[in-house]
Amino acid sequence: MALITEVAFHAHMRKRKIRGYVFYALCLTAVALGLVMLAALLYNVLSEGLSRLSWDFITNFPSRFPERAGIHAAILGSIYVVSIAGLVAFSLGVGAAIYLEEYAQKGTFASFIQLNIANLAGVPSIVYGILGLEIFVRIMELGKSVIAGGLTLALLVLPIVIIASQEAIRAVPPSLKEGGFALGATKWQVVRRLVLPYAFPGILTGAILAVSRAVGETAPLIVMGALTFVPFAPDGPMSRFTVLPIQIFNWVSRPQEGFHVAAAAGIIVLLVVLLTMNAFAVFLRHKFQKGTQW
Amino acid sequence: MSQIDGGRIKFGSGSDGVSYMDQDKQVLGRFQRMFGLRWKRNLTEAFIKYGLFLCAILSIFTTAGIIAVLLFEAIQFFQEVSIFEFLGSTKWTPLFSSKHFGIWPLVTGTLLTSIGAMLVALPLGLLSAIYLSEYAPRRVRATLKPILEVLAGIPTVVYGYFALLFVTPILRSISDNIMVFNGLSAAIVMGIMILPMVSSLSEDAMQAVPRSLREGAYALGATQLEVATKIVVPAALSGIVAAFILSMSRAIGETMIVAIAAGQNPNFTFNPFVPIETMTAYIVQVSMGDTPTGTIEFKTIFTVGLSLFVMTLIMNLLSQYFVKRFREVYE
Repeated sequence: MALITEVAFHAHMRKRKIRGYVFYALCLTAVALGLVMLAALLYNVLSEGLSRLSWDFITNFPSRFPERAGIHAAILGSIYVVSIAGLVAFSLGVGAAIYLEEYAQKGTFASFIQLNIANLAGVPSIVYGILGLEIFVRIMELGKSVIAGGLTLALLVLPIVIIASQEAIRAVPPSLKEGGFALGATKWQVVRRLVLPYAFPGILTGAILAVSRAVGETAPLIVMGALTFVPFAPDGPMSRFTVLPIQIFNWVSRPQEGFHVAAAAGIIVLLVVLLTMNAFAVFLRHKFQKGTQW
Repeated sequence: MSQIDGGRIKFGSGSDGVSYMDQDKQVLGRFQRMFGLRWKRNLTEAFIKYGLFLCAILSIFTTAGIIAVLLFEAIQFFQEVSIFEFLGSTKWTPLFSSKHFGIWPLVTGTLLTSIGAMLVALPLGLLSAIYLSEYAPRRVRATLKPILEVLAGIPTVVYGYFALLFVTPILRSISDNIMVFNGLSAAIVMGIMILPMVSSLSEDAMQAVPRSLREGAYALGATQLEVATKIVVPAALSGIVAAFILSMSRAIGETMIVAIAAGQNPNFTFNPFVPIETMTAYIVQVSMGDTPTGTIEFKTIFTVGLSLFVMTLIMNLLSQYFVKRFREVYE
């Protein structure tokens, strides 16, 4: 005794299949929407700003007149601040990762640090700006300087460096380390000669990602007190400064159309820098993965 | 500390004709060198260990620093403004001559934009994740993922530009009720910004669902849709929930899009067409102005920052709880 007839089964099956096609179409649309938005964003920026790009735009200081405004001070400021942030975050972050992976005994304390790092990665970037303003600018009296900005961003990207480096170090085969110990190497010798070289591509990729995050950050530096109009190039670690994203923000916020065009041109420069860095990270990872053979 | 202890000393037998005196001296010299070397080594090792320990502990100092700074200034703020005013009033006008310190307009502004962003990012992100994890051929997936990651890597100030100068004009051409600064445009663009985060974290969770579960369902005659929505999504649910919470927390803390496109008017409203102000945008507004340090206006940014920190911290911890629960099931 059949519970359903063959006809009913096929009708039902067809319904299920149609539902499947509809859902598949929905999924495709969702992915396509994301891509369309990315394309719209890039097209919008390029069509607005490409004609404004020129050598003068790179070498001019900001100006009251949109046609003359340039990003010289902003680019130099970004380079200064991000270099400091990158160097500090890299050395401290890799150090912390080595400690957590190779030295720390697994226990409550280590997992507490781990939880803490995960939470720091989720703290809104603007809160780091408040921290930088209070600790570096006011308590350590560094002023609203390049170095205070660099340290603020260093704290911001530190969790990224730590987490990426930890993953890279964790992927080092234990046999490699044990081989080192068997030859009489000390812990640090094993870490420096075996673990770090093996984990280097992963660490570097994480560091580049962290730096590209730092390049694009705006809010923490505004809160920390970076300037929005800087008609001079920074001349040392104690100099006041602006960065490219703040310059873009400043131009976007102005009512004149000319400044919006300048903002679009600034965005093109920013995106080119970021994409180059990401491509470099991918290239490095690829190259080292091929080169490292144990 | 070090797992290998230097080397071991072999005593010579004296068969090579060296006098015992010389041999003693030699052994002694060797021993001293060895001991000195080991002492130096141990010192270096200890030094490095504590140096690395300091690096690791810095993260705890950072958290402690954040909490201390925010609390210190917020407590001073609450000595001048009662907490009932802060949590009871629906007016936020610290920068005006008649000051009101009710946080609610900033909270509604923040919730409006971040919930709006989630309404965009949640369905799109989840569907993209299902596509990438369950439907996409390997090669398509390998191209699509990096492209979506590009979306995640675009600085937020660029999204702010996009919201104000591209999305808002389109919205305004649809309806005249929409103002130049509005929550809607900021919410939509913020949704696009966090879409890759929702999608990539949810996809990770779906990829971790064992293949055998899917194959069991197929063997029972399920279609691809049924496997995706009735097997994979429920099995990955806590991972997906964690992704949502984390993205929501990201949206709450997002600054530049709302500072550029949503306005600087702390309105106690859920109307997405009018200018509003979020907590983060308020902090930027005060920082951009020339508010003297030490004044009550200046202290408000720490109080608002503290509220922001607490909100995101709770959500991050919640998200970690869900991730952990997920791991316990499948690993």
